[in-house]
Amino acid sequence: MPDLLELRGLDAFYGDFQALFGIAAAVPAGRVAAIIGANGAGKSTLLKTVAGLIQAPRRDAVLFDGEPIGGLPAHELVARGIALVPEGRRLFPSLSVEENLLIGGRVRRPGPWSLEAIYSLFPVLAERRHVPGPALSGGQQQMVAIGRALMSNPRLLLCDEISLGLAPVVVRDIYARLPGLTAQGMALVIVEQDVSQALAAADRVFCLREGRVVLEGPATSVTREAVASAYFGV
Amino acid sequence: MEWANAIIQGILLGGLYGLFAAGLSLIFGVMRLVNIAHGDLIVLAAYLALVATQTLGLDPLASLLIVVPAMALIGYALQRLLLNRTLGDDLLPPLLVTFGLSIIIQNGLLEIFSADSRRLQAGALETAALPLAGLSIGLLPLLQFGVAVAAIAGLQLLSWRTPLGRAFRATADDPEVARLMGLDNRHVFALAMALSLAIVALAGVFLALRTNFDPAIGPARLIFGFEAVIIGGLGSLWGTLAGGILLGVAQSIGAQIDPGWQILAGHLLFLAVLAIRPQGLFPRLAA
Repeated sequence: MPDLLELRGLDAFYGDFQALFGIAAAVPAGRVAAIIGANGAGKSTLLKTVAGLIQAPRRDAVLFDGEPIGGLPAHELVARGIALVPEGRRLFPSLSVEENLLIGGRVRRPGPWSLEAIYSLFPVLAERRHVPGPALSGGQQQMVAIGRALMSNPRLLLCDEISLGLAPVVVRDIYARLPGLTAQGMALVIVEQDVSQALAAADRVFCLREGRVVLEGPATSVTREAVASAYFGV
Repeated sequence: MEWANAIIQGILLGGLYGLFAAGLSLIFGVMRLVNIAHGDLIVLAAYLALVATQTLGLDPLASLLIVVPAMALIGYALQRLLLNRTLGDDLLPPLLVTFGLSIIIQNGLLEIFSADSRRLQAGALETAALPLAGLSIGLLPLLQFGVAVAAIAGLQLLSWRTPLGRAFRATADDPEVARLMGLDNRHVFALAMALSLAIVALAGVFLALRTNFDPAIGPARLIFGFEAVIIGGLGSLWGTLAGGILLGVAQSIGAQIDPGWQILAGHLLFLAVLAIRPQGLFPRLAA
């Protein structure tokens, strides 16, 4: 399958501080890539740069479906089919659950996702559709955040720490729904602190340390020992 | 009876203050920008109406058909070309830039129109009145109050019932995540400023029908707008209208006691609210 997302020597900066150094990676359509690494390794920065929240310095450092998109602003990338579930869920507090979902769908890309489809993926949200986001439990908020991103009918979904702060049973529930998403050809990139969760969910794993890819391989062949040594650089 | 009349006049005047405040409150709500030039933009709208009535021979109310879109266009351009560049984590740059803008507008108007005081003439409408329980209520103030209520109701509907209002609220909540929804913040902010200045246009025309104006009266209108927002409570449009009405009534009662006390009474009410209930009388209920 051709690569949907390809990174070719991607750098990223916060002012003068360089956070990513020459990242190279590829994610085919319909596959799941996991990015792991310690705090501050650059995982969230990588997702934000692909989504356009941080400007990539070079246009051809990010290819999406073969097209160079590095440095394009986030609002244009959503329209092309890249959606990000941000770390910490970040629902719009003054919007109800349904309004949060509707605003996710405002780019009106064609595809399978609609309010009804989200409500059948996460039935509990249908019951709470008129409730403001902050009134939901953490797990339900995460469902809204994922649903909001899906509403744009993305071809590439970036998920930043979707298990953070959630009860294990809720995390299992959310992860159980991910394979259904990629079955329709959507590619998924997840940033995950929980290494075993990441290895279980992903086809391919990238481990970052200090802004560089230090370990890469199929999830099935990456051993815990290799991950541990890549994490800490020992 | 004089007192009843003063209170009714104050309520009707308060509608105008509600209009001053609504645009100010919208902009602060969406982009945390305190527009120091707001009062001067109201005066600019009044002069635009003056030019429209003098050169095109339009009735002042018909001039709204030109002044409202013109001010909205000015608002969009102002935000896109200037004010968007001042927005960030720091509240100070937009404050300084709009302060500078206020000085530029005042001096520009002074240069073009001189310091002479002007007024829009509404003809027979100015003296028309409705008799009500022994009082006589001016048709023009009544119309102005009705327009204020309608504008605030419209703004309220737009905020809570339309995709544009949803975009305003989302961008106000979290501008970064709003970008992930495909919203271009620069465009959303410019639309909010356009809407704010459309309301400013209404306020400017009714101000010019009500009193004399000259290039220097903007800052005082800004203060009245601010006071109405603070009295009403931030984040609530109906609260803003209520704040405007209370300010109007306070001024009117002050003037009834002694003509020199009109402005002072409004300021005293504002200070009292600030001291006793700094969140305002009708702040938006926390969700």
